[in-house]
Amino acid sequence: MVNQTDVDIERIEKIARGIRERVLAHSIANNGGYMSQACSSAELLAALYGSILNFAPLENPIDPPSFIGVPSVGEHIYKTGAQFHGEKGPEYDRLISSPAHYALVIYAALIETRRLREDGLEHFNRDGSTVEMIGAEHSPGFETTTGSLAQALSQAGGIALARKIRGEKGRTWVFMSDGEFQEGQTYEALQAARFHGLSNLRAIVDVNMNQCDGPMDTVMTIEPLADRVKAFGWEVSVLDGHDIPAILAAAAKETDKPHMILCYTDPVRGLPILAERAPVLHYLRFTSPEERARYEEAYQEMVK
Amino acid sequence: MSYEIVARPHQQNFIDWAKNKPEVLVLSADLTNSCEVGKWRDTYPDRFFSMGMAEQNMLGFAAGLAREGFEPWVHTFSVFLYRRPLDQLQMSIAYPSLKVRLVGFLPGIMTPGGVTHQAIEDIAVLRAIPNMTIFEVGDATEAQSILDVAHAINGPVYIRMLRGEVSRIFPANEPFVFNRARVLSEGSDITLITSGISTEEALRAVPLLQERGVSISHLHVSTLKPFTDPLVLQALKNAKSGVITMENHSIVGGLGSAVAELMAENAIGIPLQRIGLKDTYAHGASQKFLMSEYELDAQALVKKVENALGRSLNIAESELQEQRSVSVHSSAKVEAL
Repeated sequence: MVNQTDVDIERIEKIARGIRERVLAHSIANNGGYMSQACSSAELLAALYGSILNFAPLENPIDPPSFIGVPSVGEHIYKTGAQFHGEKGPEYDRLISSPAHYALVIYAALIETRRLREDGLEHFNRDGSTVEMIGAEHSPGFETTTGSLAQALSQAGGIALARKIRGEKGRTWVFMSDGEFQEGQTYEALQAARFHGLSNLRAIVDVNMNQCDGPMDTVMTIEPLADRVKAFGWEVSVLDGHDIPAILAAAAKETDKPHMILCYTDPVRGLPILAERAPVLHYLRFTSPEERARYEEAYQEMVK
Repeated sequence: MSYEIVARPHQQNFIDWAKNKPEVLVLSADLTNSCEVGKWRDTYPDRFFSMGMAEQNMLGFAAGLAREGFEPWVHTFSVFLYRRPLDQLQMSIAYPSLKVRLVGFLPGIMTPGGVTHQAIEDIAVLRAIPNMTIFEVGDATEAQSILDVAHAINGPVYIRMLRGEVSRIFPANEPFVFNRARVLSEGSDITLITSGISTEEALRAVPLLQERGVSISHLHVSTLKPFTDPLVLQALKNAKSGVITMENHSIVGGLGSAVAELMAENAIGIPLQRIGLKDTYAHGASQKFLMSEYELDAQALVKKVENALGRSLNIAESELQEQRSVSVHSSAKVEAL
C-alpha cells in the first residue's frame, strides 16, 4: 500500500519542478526573469499551494483578467488576485504574498495547481494585462499591493485580527522574503502580532540570503534571524526550504503564538549554472546569445 | 462676539455615535487620552486596539481590518499619520481606497510640541494622493458632525480634528455638510476663505472690517479635497478687489493653493493673498504666540485687506484684542501633549 504522505510529497515535488521549468522557459523566451527566486522558493510555494493552504476549490483555472483600472472612491468593482485562491470563507486559509517581485514564481505555482490557466504567462508583463512583472492586488495570486516591501505582514496582521474578532477558523498566511527583515516595519508587525495574540497568523520566509546588491551579509546582515523573531514572542521553525516533509511538518505545528517558518534555501537549486552569476543573483538577464543557449541546454536537461 | 466653549467635544460624542456601529474600531498609537478616546477604550474595550508607537504597522493593520469590512478610526496626532508612515498610507490604504479614517489632532501650530509635532504640510501632501478625502473641522459642531460625513465616504478619509476646549461657532443643528462651505458673511470687495481654527481667528477681524465699510464675503471651508464646491467658485467670481485665504498650514499646497488652482482654471483675474506659514517651519510655543509671530492672526488679515484695498483702515491692535472672545482657551490654556 502506498503511503498517502509519500503521494503528497511526490505531488509537491512535481509542482516544484514545474515552477522551475516554467520560470526558466519564460526567462529564456523573454531574455530575463526572477530566476533565483524560483530556484529558492519552488518547494515552499509548492508545499503551500499544493498541500498546506486550505483554499476553496476552483472549478477551472481562471483566465487572467485584463487591467480594468485602479481602485477609486465609491463602489469597488474589481476583484483582487485573491480570486485565484477561491472564494473566501471563514474556514478557508488566506495567503498574502509580500515580495511582489516573486510574481512570476507565484503565477507558475498557480498554473501548476490549476488555478491560473496554462497560457496565463503569455500575458506576463504585457501592456494592459494584470499579469504584471511586480504583482499588485489585481494580479493573479495577490491580494495586497506590496511591491514596496515589508508592508504585507502588517496588513495580514490586520486581516488576522479581523478574523480573530469574528472567530473564524481559517488561518492567514504570509509569504515573505528575507530582505524584508531589513525594514523596521517588519519588527513593528512582529511585536503587534504577538501583543494581539494572533495565533492564526503564519509567516513562511524564503531565506535565500540574497538581495538586489548581492549576498545579504555584504549588504546588511539580518542574522541571527531566528533569535530575533523568537525574541518578539513568535514560535519559530527553522528548516531546509527544499525539504518538503520538513515544511509540511512545520506548517502542521499547533501553537498558541503567531508562527514563523524560516526556510533556508539555495538560490541556484535545480539550476547550478546560475551560480556562475554570483554574487549578484537577483535578476537573470542574459549577457550574450551564447549564455542564453547554455540556459536553453540547462532547460532541456531539466525537462528530460 | 462670544462663543460657547465645549470641553472635549469628541470624547462622549464619538462614544454615543459608535454605539450601534460594531464595525467601527479605534486604533491608537500611545496618544489615547491626548486624542480623547481613553473613555471610548474603556467603553468598548473589544473594539479598541493599542498599536504602540509604531505608526507604519498601525496603518497596515488598519488596512487589513478595513479589507475585512471593519472601519478603523485611527487616532493620533496629525503629524504622525502621514510623515513617517507615508508609504504605508499610500500603498496599504490610499491605493486600495480602503475605509480607514485617519483622525489627526493638533494640526498646524496648535501644538507647543515644536516642529516635530507640527503638521504644517499635511494637507499639501495628502491632497496629492489619489483617493484621499480631506476634511478640517473649525469648531465643536463640526468636530461632532464630521463623524457621519466621514462614515459615508467609501474610501480613505483624513480629518484635521480639534480637541480640548473648542468654541461652538456654528449652531449645533447646522452640521458639517460634505463639500459645502459655510457662508459667514456676504459682500463684494473681498472674498475671504478660511479653514479650521483660522475661521475663528478671522471672525475677530471681520466685524471691524465691516464697520470700516469693507464689504466681505467670508466662507468657511471644511472639505479640502475634493475642492469643487460651487459656492466657493461663485464667491471667488464675485470678489472685486481681491481674494484672501487663511489657514493653519503652509501656504504651499493647502487651502491657498487649492483656491489659486480654482481661480486660474476659471480665469478669475484678481489678486490672491494667502495667509499661512510662509514656507517655513515653526517652533515650540503657544498657539497665540505663533499665530502672531508667523502672521496667521487677525492682525495679519487686516493687513492683507488693506493691501487689497490699497488704503489703511486704522484698526488698532487693541480693537482686535477686544474681539478675542475666547482668551481662556486660546491664550491662557497650556495645551499638554
